[in-house]
Amino acid sequence: MAMLRRSWKRPLAAMGLATAMALVSACGTSGPAGAGDGIEVWALQDDVLNPIEKASIESFNAEGGNASLQTFGNDPYKQKLRVALGSPNAPDVFFNWGGGNLAEYVDAGRVADLTPMLEENPELKEAFIPSVLDAAKIDDKYYGVPMRGMQPVVLYYNKAVFRDAGVQPPETWEDLVSLVDTFKSEGVQPIALAGSQAWTELMWAEYLLDRIGGPEVFQKIRAGEPDAWRQPAVIESMTKIEELVQQGAFGDDYASVGYDVGGASTILAQGDAAMHLMGSWEYVNQLGQSPEFVERGDLGWVPFPSVAGGEGDPGNVVGNPTNFYSVSADSEAQDSAKEFVSTQLHEPEYVQDLIDAGDVPAVTGVEDKLADAPNSEYTTWIYELVQQAPNFQLSWDQDLPADEATFMLTQLQELFLGNLSPQAFADSLAKR
Amino acid sequence: MSHTAHHRPSALYALPAFGFFALFAALPMVLVVYLSFTSWGGLGLPEPNGLQNWSRLLNDEAALASMWRTALFTALAWAAQTPIALLIGVWAAGRQRNRAVLSSLFFLPLLLSTAAIALLWQALLDPNFGITQAGPLGGILFLGDPAIALYTVVFVITWQYVPFHTLLYQGAARTIPASLYDSATLDGAGRFKQFWHITLPQLRYTIITSSILMVVGTLTTFETVLILTGGGPGTATRIAPLHMYITGFSGFEMGYASTIAVLLVVFGTGLSLLVMRISRFRSMSSQQEGL
Repeated sequence: MAMLRRSWKRPLAAMGLATAMALVSACGTSGPAGAGDGIEVWALQDDVLNPIEKASIESFNAEGGNASLQTFGNDPYKQKLRVALGSPNAPDVFFNWGGGNLAEYVDAGRVADLTPMLEENPELKEAFIPSVLDAAKIDDKYYGVPMRGMQPVVLYYNKAVFRDAGVQPPETWEDLVSLVDTFKSEGVQPIALAGSQAWTELMWAEYLLDRIGGPEVFQKIRAGEPDAWRQPAVIESMTKIEELVQQGAFGDDYASVGYDVGGASTILAQGDAAMHLMGSWEYVNQLGQSPEFVERGDLGWVPFPSVAGGEGDPGNVVGNPTNFYSVSADSEAQDSAKEFVSTQLHEPEYVQDLIDAGDVPAVTGVEDKLADAPNSEYTTWIYELVQQAPNFQLSWDQDLPADEATFMLTQLQELFLGNLSPQAFADSLAKR
Repeated sequence: MSHTAHHRPSALYALPAFGFFALFAALPMVLVVYLSFTSWGGLGLPEPNGLQNWSRLLNDEAALASMWRTALFTALAWAAQTPIALLIGVWAAGRQRNRAVLSSLFFLPLLLSTAAIALLWQALLDPNFGITQAGPLGGILFLGDPAIALYTVVFVITWQYVPFHTLLYQGAARTIPASLYDSATLDGAGRFKQFWHITLPQLRYTIITSSILMVVGTLTTFETVLILTGGGPGTATRIAPLHMYITGFSGFEMGYASTIAVLLVVFGTGLSLLVMRISRFRSMSSQQEGL
């Protein structure tokens, strides 16, 4: 999941430095040709998900459709999709992350508007959790249908470490700050952070800004309003981060701890760190890496703490609402493509397959199914967390245009290193 | 060589090499130069934007800083690798059996892929689980301290490439006629004098070759840094090729990334020309006159 999405191993495949620039332009002509009248579905390579996607395509074909699945590695996929959309070799249905990433394609006129389809078919629209469906809503129109599990960010903690210190998990920011002191005096690193990868630091920024300023603050930034980065809530959130770093909440070696190599997760599991803010995939990750830690019942989870006086609803979540299937505007088989996304993705078998694979689908009314599946305590909690969330903010690095997101991640790392003040962080982004 | 002026290979022999070069080096380079004058996000067609990318580059602190970092990185890598490779190479050129055994051990890193080496060192230097934390160096954040990370990368690069350059020096040192040393010994020159007055001058062109390979190779170093630090902490190790990659393939500013690429090509070519000029490569003559 996240491993796939954020892995650095993928860029290696696309390497080639200067020549790679030219190679990308060549992809446009070497891509796979469209499959006649049938529809071509593009998705990411994923050992767990691909068989489920195949099954949905087979069921569609059994009902008279003609679809085929093509899968790609993560980074090559992003590059290939960019070049293919708008070329004669565009896929008919394509996997995406919603948000700003999808908005770029929408602005270029490459994505079909699915609003009429959803409006004419209320049963379909109501099949999905609204806050998740909204992540593919651009300018009040829907451009994607959720096709997999939800991945909100939550605060994990080591119950044994909390027991030993005689404390409870934080409910408010004050709790968190005082817990940092408690654990420091216990000789435990208060919070694990895989700071060599900026997206792990981003989770702190996303939650703090939402708690302090509410979702509107980031929506202004995303809309590109002048000086939106200089809003007081941004400065306040970044100051809270700066204070947390200076307090020693993340220890002193976070800048070289990686997530992909398991650093942050392992120190939480071993009890060397007390808390870890991570996407919901962390549970499956811990189950794979440190099964005895999860089976002992020592892995705990709580929502991100509330911030006193903040504008944002403490029920709001951030992370990856889900992934979407969107339909290409240039598709010659658009009706068939829409038929596919409107019939297959809330099918009981498809949803059950996702649940069996450990996903928490963005589909309404699956409480009973989750309760019957393994790890139901956790999946049900995630499901209810998202379902009750007034707002689900997509990760900023997915929601902002790619160039701004890349710059923002760099600046955020500098902030965590203490090389940039909160004001300088805001100024550098506002000036860009 | 047995070829004389009368039996030179026909120009046709160069055709495969030329074709390869044209297709995989010259053509992409031309395309990159074209892209450097456009704005292209990978969506649709590149839009020409004149000199915008270039004027942006002149005012882009991050890009210029990455260029300086690359220059420092290249200089450090050269300064670290050359003496080590030279000394081991000359030592390994000796015919003693223990030298043969030990040098084959020295060459081991040559067998590993760059990605494997970077992963290996990343694991060894990990602040929580790395073996370096156990010894007297424990507590030093080799990859996490912005003041140290660049030197760590230089160290890993050195570890990886010294064997290759050692091989160059070993081969070259073995071609130095033994008679030179014999007569020097008769004249009463000691080991140090022999090294200074015979070995070094005789290895002059090998030093140049190896230096050019090092400088150009370091200038385009990419995977080691990508895996080891990702350019971090912050931007402490974000050298120009990585900055170009991040701009192009994370930020999808293909036009601007191409501008950085062109600058790198110009830098690389310029530097190798400079090295050749300084060393008067054109007036290259035999170092073994009279033998």
